[in-house]
Amino acid sequence: MNFIDILLAGAMLGGLYGLVAMGLTLQYGVARIMNLSYGEFLIAPAFLAFFAVSGWGISPLLLMLLVIPLGFAVQWLIYQLLLTPLVRRAKGGPSLEVDSILATFGMLFVVQGIMLVSFGGDYHSYTYLSDTLEILGSKVAANRMLVLVVALVLGGGLYLLLTRTRAGAVVRAVAVAPQFAHLVGINVRSTAALAYGLGGALIAVCGVMVSMFLPFSASMGTMFAMKALIVVIMGGVGNLMGCLVAGMLLGFSETLVASFIDPGLTLAVNYAVFLLVLLFKPTGLFGRAAR
Amino acid sequence: MNLSNKRFILKTLVAATALAGFGGAALAQEAPKSIRIGWAIAKTGINAGGTSVTTAPNYKLWVKEINDAGGIMLKAYNKRVPLEVIEYDDRSSTEEAVRATERLITQDKVDFVLPPWSTGSNLAVGPTYEKHKYPLLAATSVTDKAPDLVKRWKHAFFFLGTGGEYAEDLVAMLEKAKKEGKINNKIAMINIADGFGVELANATRKAAKLHGFELVYDKSYPIGTQDMTPVINEAKGKGADTFVAYSYPPDTMLINEQAKTLGLTPKVFFTGVGTQFPMFKGKFGAAAEGVMAPGGIDASNPQMQAYLKRFKEVTGQESDRFASPIVYTSLQMLQQSIERVGKIDRAAVTQELKTGTFETVLGTIKLENQQLTKLWHVGQWQNGEFNAIAPTTRAGAKAAVIPRVTP
Repeated sequence: MNFIDILLAGAMLGGLYGLVAMGLTLQYGVARIMNLSYGEFLIAPAFLAFFAVSGWGISPLLLMLLVIPLGFAVQWLIYQLLLTPLVRRAKGGPSLEVDSILATFGMLFVVQGIMLVSFGGDYHSYTYLSDTLEILGSKVAANRMLVLVVALVLGGGLYLLLTRTRAGAVVRAVAVAPQFAHLVGINVRSTAALAYGLGGALIAVCGVMVSMFLPFSASMGTMFAMKALIVVIMGGVGNLMGCLVAGMLLGFSETLVASFIDPGLTLAVNYAVFLLVLLFKPTGLFGRAAR
Repeated sequence: MNLSNKRFILKTLVAATALAGFGGAALAQEAPKSIRIGWAIAKTGINAGGTSVTTAPNYKLWVKEINDAGGIMLKAYNKRVPLEVIEYDDRSSTEEAVRATERLITQDKVDFVLPPWSTGSNLAVGPTYEKHKYPLLAATSVTDKAPDLVKRWKHAFFFLGTGGEYAEDLVAMLEKAKKEGKINNKIAMINIADGFGVELANATRKAAKLHGFELVYDKSYPIGTQDMTPVINEAKGKGADTFVAYSYPPDTMLINEQAKTLGLTPKVFFTGVGTQFPMFKGKFGAAAEGVMAPGGIDASNPQMQAYLKRFKEVTGQESDRFASPIVYTSLQMLQQSIERVGKIDRAAVTQELKTGTFETVLGTIKLENQQLTKLWHVGQWQNGEFNAIAPTTRAGAKAAVIPRVTP
């Protein structure tokens, strides 16, 4: 396996990991909701894409136009209806984290149950954009390349949005000091709801992208949520750049180990890198010193 | 109402109660209202995918067919008795499968229990079946331990053979192709790091040595791998004409898709569980042609044709071409055993399963040492059907297409 192969394979896998985690980092980092039903909300748009492609012949990219606002709306509503009472009760205290874990854990089973009843436990898969691209003499799948591009554009774009705009500053203020943000006139709850909804839109994008090249079933959500959680914590909670960097780190270390040592060790190296990062930077790569 | 009147009523009541009691004794000789069938299968979790393709639809089909016909004929009562189903979700956890099996037997008091999907789950529930002397129809379990297990588990039946048999028949077929000059002596092999993958890879290593093959690439990968690029790129550079992957459904899809895009086109392309699924053909279409995998069917067999047709009618999906007909075969054998015994007598039914000869979708079947031996070990997608190609000597085997013509 040559240098370019490894570079591209690592970057594409890293992009996928980064993309999977971006929504969670907004939901956890800004809205302070540890969303355990994250994976289920990733699989649901994947099903939508499956039926759009195989049933109605709609391109999954076109479907994004529908899926992005839908993902936003669903999660925004969930925050307003289900999570706001918890937020109110917690009064900015640490009990929000525990309560939200329990609430979203329940939601996980509800969403998964609905999907199982509607679509069955079967694996689903379709072919879209699986053409071969030649980049510097190395062959890559177009759909995986697209994931990398989308991850970079979304990650970079949102990063700029958060760091360079006024709205971004508001969101960051809520992420950093939710107890004090309202003192400067920020509506903490609606900002958190916005971030939570934005996270939902990102999950939806990710679900559609993933369905293009990974087979999925109604019960596979937890696997994605686990991966996302690792990336989020590694990157520093609430940091979009951190997500991308941590994702890349995992992607490259997996690809390198699989190519040069043994593919059987990819899982082990995943956790080894995770542990190492936490050992030296307990708040993650881009994490704040204290919260 | 005077006293004597009261006494009369009392007497009548006593008499009626006695009669009812007597009547109750007489009713005991009558046929049971239903034959209670229980199963704990993975409706959620990691095993749900395999279960919903291979196991659940066959259970559904079997119950529907029997109940549409009025039930199973119990000749001891000269009456057809319908099936009653009690179902649990084992959530893909072997502990939960064991608990639910125990519950089905001791609390729900079912007459028979049908097993979950996968080798691991079947082996996990085995001791529970044995403890309660319930026959275990392990139709989705591939294990080299089967010949030893049946010595300890007098009520267990294995229908999918041993890993050794699959590897041996695959490599024997490859040797034939090698002798005909169609392929070289190099094999690149990968396997998923769990019971199924490890066992088959071990068996293949042995068989490869025996038949003069060299394993130029031999690695395992963990469950949940989402990118096969490094593996495929490595295997590509090794000059092997044969690529073998002992994989599970999600990785089977991944390997085939990525092999296509990354340009891995060996003369023999073999992938694991999932290749025989209707989803595989649905996804890859013409690109499925020539891919080999464990299993296969003799599509020219009219009983098999009828089964495939009924399966689709009742379940609304296509049957897989590996373990699905085997699961159905095990159910047909159970039904025929119960009918021959004529009543719910598990010991007698178990004995009948051991010694009887059965008419099934695989043809006429007789178990040897509690194991089904009349199996197909390698199949290949040929013109849209997953035909059995090995053991090459058995009637019904189609010739392997080597080299694979990639469309």
